[in-house]
Amino acid sequence: MNIQFRESSEAASPLTTKTAIADCDIHPARATRTELYPYLAKRWQHHLEIYGVHAYQGMMEGPPYPKAQPNASRRDAYPPEGGPQGSSLSFMQKQLLDPNNVQLGVLNPLNTGQGIRNHELSAALCSAINDWQIDKWTSRDKRLKASIVVGNEDGLSAAAEIRERAGDKNFVQVLLLSRNVEPLGQRRYWPIYQAAEEAGLPVGIHAFGFGGNPITPSGWPSYYIEEMVGHSQCQQSALASLVLEGVFERFPKLKMVMIEAGFGWAPSLAWRLDKVWQRLRSEVPHVKRPPSEYIREQVWWTTQPMEDPERREDLFDVINWIGWDRLLFATDYPHWDYDEPLRVLPAGVSEANREAFYLGNAKKLYGLS
Amino acid sequence: MASLIAGAVDCDVHPAVPHLTSLLPYLNDYWRDQVTTRGMVDLVSQSYPKNSPIVARPDWRPETGKPGESLEDMQRHVLDPFQIKHAICNPLYGVQMVFSEDMQAAFCRALNQWLAKEWLDRDPRLRGSIVIPTQSVEKSVAEIERCAQDRRFVQVLMLVMGDIPLGKRALWPIYETAERLDLPIGIHAGSAYHNPPTAVGWGSYHIEDYVGQAQAFQTQLTSLIVEGVFAKFPRLKMVMLESGVSWISPYLWRLHKFWRGVRMETPWVDRAPHEIVRSNIRFSLQPFDAPPDEATLIRLFDHMQSDELVLFSTDYPHWQFDGQDALPEGLTPDLVRKIMIDNPHATYPRLI
Repeated sequence: MNIQFRESSEAASPLTTKTAIADCDIHPARATRTELYPYLAKRWQHHLEIYGVHAYQGMMEGPPYPKAQPNASRRDAYPPEGGPQGSSLSFMQKQLLDPNNVQLGVLNPLNTGQGIRNHELSAALCSAINDWQIDKWTSRDKRLKASIVVGNEDGLSAAAEIRERAGDKNFVQVLLLSRNVEPLGQRRYWPIYQAAEEAGLPVGIHAFGFGGNPITPSGWPSYYIEEMVGHSQCQQSALASLVLEGVFERFPKLKMVMIEAGFGWAPSLAWRLDKVWQRLRSEVPHVKRPPSEYIREQVWWTTQPMEDPERREDLFDVINWIGWDRLLFATDYPHWDYDEPLRVLPAGVSEANREAFYLGNAKKLYGLS
Repeated sequence: MASLIAGAVDCDVHPAVPHLTSLLPYLNDYWRDQVTTRGMVDLVSQSYPKNSPIVARPDWRPETGKPGESLEDMQRHVLDPFQIKHAICNPLYGVQMVFSEDMQAAFCRALNQWLAKEWLDRDPRLRGSIVIPTQSVEKSVAEIERCAQDRRFVQVLMLVMGDIPLGKRALWPIYETAERLDLPIGIHAGSAYHNPPTAVGWGSYHIEDYVGQAQAFQTQLTSLIVEGVFAKFPRLKMVMLESGVSWISPYLWRLHKFWRGVRMETPWVDRAPHEIVRSNIRFSLQPFDAPPDEATLIRLFDHMQSDELVLFSTDYPHWQFDGQDALPEGLTPDLVRKIMIDNPHATYPRLI
């Protein structure tokens, strides 16, 4: 959870005693508004100055629901040299990577070219952010790996971006957001899955995004907390769509990672899908097996924000139902709802499960064993 | 399997309106004329296509007509064999889909009159839910007050997917009226289709809409809790009908985490969400969306940390179980009694 105004979070974490971990959800930020411009054609620089990004939401700047804190990020994560939280590699090393002994850090840039209405601009911004990830981050710290950000609403240009980056060891996954113009199983997104499967890259579906749809099926709610909690419902609907459209059946080698949407809901959703599929499978003959089987075989989950039961050990039931081999530890650095590696798991986990949870599953999934 | 006990309350049965023309006797001249002159067709919601397997159990499906349209069938299929003391009728006729608040109000009033005359009058075990025209809060309140004079109406019925989130302040006069008149608010699966049926847009399939009901209930619980409905109306009970139950605890664990993190945004929420749910929210048993093994069931009920949350339902005529297997495996006799008798009576003050 949030750690406000902590004097020296790195001092509290002695490096030498910690076992290595993977952090599968780190959010790198731009230090300045124009930091991407060197990677963008002049045309798009002018376009951005005049028209902005023209997203699937109304605000020219900032989110529709004001965050709980500036940039939704920890107040102790402002780099000493200035700029927003998450914008400095050296401070990220000092505050996150070194003290927590992060051996693998997966970058998931937000506020990129995704969720904007001009699809050409979307593609240009995504390509720029991918170049920027290499220049500013992965080429300077080998622990960090990038995600291929793709223009989500135009499957063909997204697939082209994936093919261009395929084989580049800076990248370990393709990144989509959960909220799009249509549910993610729809055909317009299939070229993305096909290209990712061909490239042998998992597709990470990170919570958030904009597609113009209200964040509840009953319209727009009032509060930021409703948006935050609602991301797990969006993720469930996106995953249900992927299963029911037959994406996993059609792309059997495709792996998907549910990022920052929680995982407590996974068993219930899978049970519900199985039960309803038994009744209604004649409507979806392309879904050939019980939905839970596709989910069990092809879906992984990052841990943050870990659900917070009153009795913390209740979480073990849910993890056992999902499988200890499917969870990927993540902090969500530098966001305010950061999960602290040392405190996140209740006591009573076997050494093998602990290792898988913190590191082994991620290395295996991302091909870094 | 756990044994059913006699004298239960079935909190979710669905009498079907045979056709829009069945409501004509309950409409005034103007609306009767509107229906006929404009050639209006039957209001069947996509949430429940008549021939969908889930909409009627094979042995409960009539040879002709809509599943659930015959009282004799309901008596033969559920009221008699399950030895039901009371069954609460929740009509799912598609009146919520129309866009005119005047038309919606006329249809709701006709539907409620039809229910009283053609069902409640004909079997003393039956109780009713008041269907309201939610597009007009004023008209909804008037309809609740009109129907509430008949004590056989025991709750107010709303759909889980409507025009605005259910916690929104604009709807609070409905809740004030319901609390005052000892009526819980029943929130039933289904959409008015005034918004996309998922928070990520329109899916392709009926099965997708049905699976998505559970996510809709989750977003509505968040709205109801964080807007402060139960701080304002502490005696008000809400019943999630045909919602599923296996998602409740993990959902609350997430809500609790964010409530702890950003409660400064909604300072009137002065109790933890799980406490609010335990005091004010109930869930109908069917569809029981967990695997049919006792070990899982025991863990799920233990996670809830309450034996008061679940109310018995058959969801007649929907196909959620076969034979008499309305109770999932592994419930103790004490819990069966709570679910089938005690919890419904504690929830619905008008049941006697």
